[in-house]
Amino acid sequence: MNAHLYLWLIPLLPFAGFLINGLLGCGLPKWLVTTVALLASLASFCVVLNIIPALHPGITVCKGCAIPQGSPILPYIETCPLPWINAGLLHIDFSFVLDQLSLVMLLVVTGVGFLIHVYSVGYMGDDKGYARYFSYLNLFLFFMTVLVLAGNALVMFIGWEGVGLASYLLIGFYFQKKSAADAGKKAFIVNRIGDFGFLIGMFLLVANFGTLTFSEIGAKLNATPAWQGGVLTIIALCLMLGAAGKSAQLPLYIWLPDAMEGPTPVSALIHAATMVTAGVYMVARTHVLFNHSPVALGVVATVGAATAIFAATIALVQNDIKRVLAYSTISQLGYMFLGCGVAAYSAAIFHLMTHAFFKALLFLAAGSVIHAIGGEQDLRKMGGLRKKLPVTFAVTTVGVLAIAGIFPFAGFFSKDAILYAAFLQGTNGKILWFVGLLTALLTAFYMFRLWYLTFMGESRSENVHAHECPWSMRGPLLILAALSVCGGWIGMERFGDFLAPSVGARAISWHMQIPYSSFAISMEFLLSVVAVLVALEGWMIADKFYRRKPERPAQYAAALPAGYKLLANKYFVDEFYNAVVVKPLLAISKYFLELVVDIGILGGAAWLLGGIAQLGGAILQRWQSGNLRSYAAWLAAGAAAVLLFLLVPWATVLAILPAIHLGMAGH
Amino acid sequence: MSSLFAQEVPLSWYLLLSAVLFSLGVVGFLIKRNLITVFMSIELMLNGVNLSFVTFAHQWHAVKGQIFVFFVMMVAAAEAAVGLAIIIAVFRARATLAVDRIDRMKL
Repeated sequence: MNAHLYLWLIPLLPFAGFLINGLLGCGLPKWLVTTVALLASLASFCVVLNIIPALHPGITVCKGCAIPQGSPILPYIETCPLPWINAGLLHIDFSFVLDQLSLVMLLVVTGVGFLIHVYSVGYMGDDKGYARYFSYLNLFLFFMTVLVLAGNALVMFIGWEGVGLASYLLIGFYFQKKSAADAGKKAFIVNRIGDFGFLIGMFLLVANFGTLTFSEIGAKLNATPAWQGGVLTIIALCLMLGAAGKSAQLPLYIWLPDAMEGPTPVSALIHAATMVTAGVYMVARTHVLFNHSPVALGVVATVGAATAIFAATIALVQNDIKRVLAYSTISQLGYMFLGCGVAAYSAAIFHLMTHAFFKALLFLAAGSVIHAIGGEQDLRKMGGLRKKLPVTFAVTTVGVLAIAGIFPFAGFFSKDAILYAAFLQGTNGKILWFVGLLTALLTAFYMFRLWYLTFMGESRSENVHAHECPWSMRGPLLILAALSVCGGWIGMERFGDFLAPSVGARAISWHMQIPYSSFAISMEFLLSVVAVLVALEGWMIADKFYRRKPERPAQYAAALPAGYKLLANKYFVDEFYNAVVVKPLLAISKYFLELVVDIGILGGAAWLLGGIAQLGGAILQRWQSGNLRSYAAWLAAGAAAVLLFLLVPWATVLAILPAIHLGMAGH
Repeated sequence: MSSLFAQEVPLSWYLLLSAVLFSLGVVGFLIKRNLITVFMSIELMLNGVNLSFVTFAHQWHAVKGQIFVFFVMMVAAAEAAVGLAIIIAVFRARATLAVDRIDRMKL
């Protein structure tokens, strides 16, 4: 049978790290805190790595070849032996499942997670909350691995809420700063809206399927291929609302830019590489539902494409280096949802993986820049840093090339796979493809803008003490840079074949639909060339604006004041939400909930109860006269009453009483 | 004459006497003002009850009732000791034994 993989160790090790550093961290010396945190994440990563050789014969897709004895068969399920929830017909086990999809995610989460732990040692080196920071980071890894390993929606929900908590704690890490505390609250509250969708989706799953286990839902749906749309659309849309909250899609993306208040490694790990991709992962995990609802898929694709281009346009004019990256993250997440929406789930997961590499790299590099020039985040005050920070400059260049989609960097392969999959989806697909392509142009432009403003030209501030970061930060940067270069070389087809058992055959339809013909291959090639040319065009424009003619951006901004203002203020979405949602909500809370419900109804009820008790007490008080003979009289009266009650045959008396009465009336 | 003595006194007479004794005790307890008289009324009630215990024990040939009477007498003796001690203490403190005036424990 199956070998033991000890999946439960993967989340539990970081949790142990969290407990040690969280409970005892203040008293431990710094080197011990570092050791515990790094060991916890490294050990978790090693457990994941250890799975791969155990699986090796099983995971290579060789149709018909026998799987040797003792190697686990995917999906491999590990269930807690104790029952978890038994409510009538509903049985939910605390189960973990390992399949190709969760394996890829686990590698990304624990691998990138460990690198960012290492980086944080240097970055957070002289922070007072060192132990607190690492305990939160380990807590995040714990919940994220629970989320990824979940075998049913409820376990996933635990991880889902948990990463939300870790995200809240880390965004508000500098809690003395009001903006950071507010940003944490904002992230938490906006995510609540998404979680509401996730919850409703789960209730509907229980009502319609009687189970929350992904594999059972999938089996049930595969058994009834004719079951399309209807309640499935509603469930899928509810889940999509949850995914949109967690993955910062329209219209719930507003929390992610503000989340940049957290420490930069946190932005890299949680708000770029792993947590925000949980929505994409969830859609891929429940892809069977989406496959049964063309409407929901259309919504996912549209939301993804709209978010991609919407966020990309905002990123064009932002001046805070981390905000540019934040909007870029939203935009790239839009790409992933676009991929999911055209049922190219493996392409979406492929982009998720490469994005984790290059976006973590870009954030960490940005952190290195910020660290080097003393906390400055404004692009307008940077410039000319390429000589002072050669390593950071080199790795940023790699990251920028990767995200722009230049061949042969990682982003090229995954973005290309999504665009190609969209292109093959009929007329609507062509529109989605065009939007994606336009986004690619904008992406290349704003990333090279960031690159030029940060590293090229002359320094625009008097700060000349810029210094390269320590090795603990440089190491992760170099590894992530290497991954950003070669991460895509595995190739979409091989990756798609690997994931096919998890995310379904339809996911690889882009090369199943059109059989391998010269047409398909030339088409794919042509589209790739177009995509690269578009990316290079974006670079050229950025080059023109920020190197050759640096006065141009200001001229354009002056020529189009309304457009510039719209973008610089992020389409006034925050203001819009503030006016339409937050203000009315506060008004209702104040005037209706506080004055009427709280003070009026709840407070009034409490006063009423208290008043009745006091009045009753005041009346009964008179009974307690203190006079011995009055007590004795009451006692005797009570005894007499009891005797009367027991001795008189009431039934008989009541029966003959009317007779006596009538007899008397007769006389 | 001998036949008169040989004849048993009926059960109801004993019970009637017991009830009269008990009621006298209750009435005395309620209407008397002197603490010692009140105390004696309690003894009267106890003895009324004792009498019915003995009566029933005799009637049913069960010894339990007789044993119970011993218990009651024992408790009554203890109670008399404690009660009289309290009465003496009250009299020392307040120089009165009028029940109506010993009412300082009310709220």
